[in-house]
Amino acid sequence: MSDPKIRVRGLTKAFGAKTVLDGIDLDVAAGTSMVVIGGSGSGKSVLLKCILGLIEPDAGSIEIDGRDVLRLPRQEREQVNARIGMLFQAGALFDSLTVWENVAFGLLAQHKAARAEARERAGTILAQVGLDPSVGDLSPAELSGGMQKRVGLARAIASQPDILFFDEPTTGLDPIMGAVIDGLIVDCVKRLGSTAIAITHDMASATRIGDRAAMLFRGKLVWQGQAADLLHSGNSMVDQFTHGRREGPIQMELRR
Amino acid sequence: MIDPLDAVAAVGRGTIGAVRATGAVALFGAAGLSHLVRPPFYGRMFLQAFIEFSYFSLPVVALTAVFSGAVIALQSFTGFSRFGAESAIAGIVVLSVVRELGPVLAGLMVAGRVGAAMAAELGTMRVTDQIDALGTLSTNPMKYLVAPRLLAGLIAVPLLVIVADVLGVAGGFLVSTVKLGFNPSGYLTSTFQILTTTDVVAGLAKAAAFGFLIALMGCYHGYNSKGGAQGVGSATTSAVVAASILILAFDYVLTELFFAR
Repeated sequence: MSDPKIRVRGLTKAFGAKTVLDGIDLDVAAGTSMVVIGGSGSGKSVLLKCILGLIEPDAGSIEIDGRDVLRLPRQEREQVNARIGMLFQAGALFDSLTVWENVAFGLLAQHKAARAEARERAGTILAQVGLDPSVGDLSPAELSGGMQKRVGLARAIASQPDILFFDEPTTGLDPIMGAVIDGLIVDCVKRLGSTAIAITHDMASATRIGDRAAMLFRGKLVWQGQAADLLHSGNSMVDQFTHGRREGPIQMELRR
Repeated sequence: MIDPLDAVAAVGRGTIGAVRATGAVALFGAAGLSHLVRPPFYGRMFLQAFIEFSYFSLPVVALTAVFSGAVIALQSFTGFSRFGAESAIAGIVVLSVVRELGPVLAGLMVAGRVGAAMAAELGTMRVTDQIDALGTLSTNPMKYLVAPRLLAGLIAVPLLVIVADVLGVAGGFLVSTVKLGFNPSGYLTSTFQILTTTDVVAGLAKAAAFGFLIALMGCYHGYNSKGGAQGVGSATTSAVVAASILILAFDYVLTELFFAR
């Protein structure tokens, strides 16, 4: 087997006395999608932010294409990051810019494309996520939640990154719109041949977009396997989570 | 029992906190400034911040200047006429406006207007992940958001203060000639006789420092805000309060530097 695109080893992060990530080992093979499931506060977002370099982990290594990005000089680190696209949970669209400026933001920042040309490219990319190019002239605040997600996706794929991150892509959407977004994500990842990591607690979404799956619980990965096996994994914690049972090995801490 | 050492510990904690915050702000400002000399540059962002700082602050700064110039003329007349020293009024007005009131009042007004807006905007961008998103789009947020605002503050506030100086003197002139019966040309002559280049330069240097401080506080508190709507609210408050206090403190320090001998 070839080297994984993303290799995480012993990743540990604590905020004060609370350990959020506790020795995470995770491999994602090139061109595959990994979904990380887990309850609220299990450290899913922190894991993504560590790989993106938005949070500095306390210990461990993160290799992308065999290079430990935590030990790269800042300029090279930025070059690695330029090849990562991310869809944020709430979209994180720049509300001071129009939709097309959002989509073309990376293009304008990176390749210094002329505005007219970037405008046209943005229209093409918007069409790829099922939006009419005329949406480009609206401001993000004028869009519905599902449309904002699509624009966020368009922005993430605009610079054709080879790694894509999705932070709870279907949270806050109705089931049909969730399925539409999932479909778009799968299409985009396939078309770009990207390696993807998605974090979610939506089981339908997890099985739709993931090749492989892992479950995070209290800062540790308690299970890894095929995403298709999520609903019958044989692991009691995964079973409880995927089937949404109140009783099981995971006891909700109501008060801390 | 109250442990007397508790009081010592509290003082120590406060001191450490203050030193740490000062260091963090200084590092933040230095990082922001360092981006001003390294490409790429975001002219569009600078222009936006500059217009916000200067053009949209003009009405409030202009009104402040006119009324404070007028009030100084009025107040010094009631005081000075007792000693028959009315002739000093033109000088009092121009010196207080150019040296102190122009920069300080314009600074305070701009801190309330632009500093608050800056902190709220960056704070909202922080809590909605927009600042993190910039990083994933090959854009350094310090370079894109902070550096242009620092430069805009540095340049725009002195320009505002030039306007404030002129209007402040005009306010004093109006009250003195229309209400107090001064001779217009005599008033203007004594105004320009007493004013020196040092006064103007010192006032504008103060304005540049205040503009930088306003932008620095707005950016620092906004950029580092956390915790949703409440966090953005307190970042905005902190930005305005910190900028206002720093303006008054630096005003003293700079006055000491320029005028004390």
